[in-house]
Amino acid sequence: MSENENEFDAYLSLADVTEEDHRWAFGTGFADPLAGLGEAVPPGVDPAALAERCLALGDDALIYSHRLQQWVTRAPELEEETALANIALDLLGQARLLLTRAGQAEGSIPGKGNRDEDQLAFFRDEREFRNVRLVERADADFAELTARLLVFSAWRLALFDRLTADPDPVLAAIAAKAVKELTYHRDYAAAWVIRLGDGTDYSRAKAQAALDALWPYTGELDLDAGPAAYLEGVFAEATLTRPSAPPLAPVAGKTGRDGTHTEAMGYILAELQSVARANPEATW
Amino acid sequence: MVSARETAGSVPDPELPALTIADLGILRDVREADGAVTVTITPTYSGCPAMAQIAADLRRRLERAGFRDVAIRTELSPPWTTDWITPDGRRKLAEAGIAPPTARGPVLVPLAVPCPRCGSPGTRELSRFSGTACKALYQCQLCKEPFEHVKEH
Repeated sequence: MSENENEFDAYLSLADVTEEDHRWAFGTGFADPLAGLGEAVPPGVDPAALAERCLALGDDALIYSHRLQQWVTRAPELEEETALANIALDLLGQARLLLTRAGQAEGSIPGKGNRDEDQLAFFRDEREFRNVRLVERADADFAELTARLLVFSAWRLALFDRLTADPDPVLAAIAAKAVKELTYHRDYAAAWVIRLGDGTDYSRAKAQAALDALWPYTGELDLDAGPAAYLEGVFAEATLTRPSAPPLAPVAGKTGRDGTHTEAMGYILAELQSVARANPEATW
Repeated sequence: MVSARETAGSVPDPELPALTIADLGILRDVREADGAVTVTITPTYSGCPAMAQIAADLRRRLERAGFRDVAIRTELSPPWTTDWITPDGRRKLAEAGIAPPTARGPVLVPLAVPCPRCGSPGTRELSRFSGTACKALYQCQLCKEPFEHVKEH
């Protein structure tokens, strides 16, 4: 191998500790994913409201990505494993961009510091997270995985479609990029929900039970504002019934978006944050 | 002296090293003013883990070519599309055994993805996802070889 080829070998660059910024793994200490995009919040956009929007959508992606990553090495087939890892990676990428933007918007409020993506992901406590409670659950089986992925992706896709016209150009650009990814995620999940629902009696029972189990958590999602028609179509083709279970009640009037979470959330954060908190100065 | 654009355009993609970042449409702009170079790149997917590596490779190549003041910018909008893969890039993909993307947008009949090894149009999708975010996994029904396809995006 010539020296010139060596220069771009990812494994060699990992060992090359004298080179700055050469990392080939996710971890702390990464460069700002929005580098050079311009941090300023445009006039007419309320930075506090923008920070809140980005934080909520970033937290949804971060926590759900973590749940999907837990399927890696546990998926029924290699093809599904690859699909789930890719979907989790897309969501992690969305989370990085959104948390970075949330930190920039918050930092532009006088008296507030600019927290970066790592500080937001690893050093906030449970009550500071703004994700919907739907993403916290651990999947009991593959039917639950695909049912939740369908509902989550269809909802997020409709939401991001609208955000492409957001007055903040950075959030609008993040949304436009994510729309293409979410379409893939939704279609992947829909194909599985239809295959299981319109499959054997056993797989149909599993698929319906999965929908029934997650439905109370959809109360926090505005399903009627976009994905309802799409979901009805998938349910019909899958011969599944849209559940009519009432939504999970708020706790003292508060839901995930207010920082009130289910029991599952503490376990996720313990796993997600423990390494960064044990070694707060470490970079990869 | 080689131009900044030429130098930046020669950086290989870390995940598809047969292609340069210019072939893939990841390199969006190179500007030179008063000895300073500003390079603009765009991620293929939001979570593309290669962005930091690409930025580091760009910086290193440009600095070795004599450019001292290098800035790397990321641009998200308009979002990357496989339409930006150059004809040269498509040829290199096929040569590397990876089926290039077909035309995007509404098509009356879905286009077959021909096998990059034997050319047969009789192929089937095994998974919409593959080893990297930008590829899907296919198999040729004639020569039975599995292959990757850069999916339309």
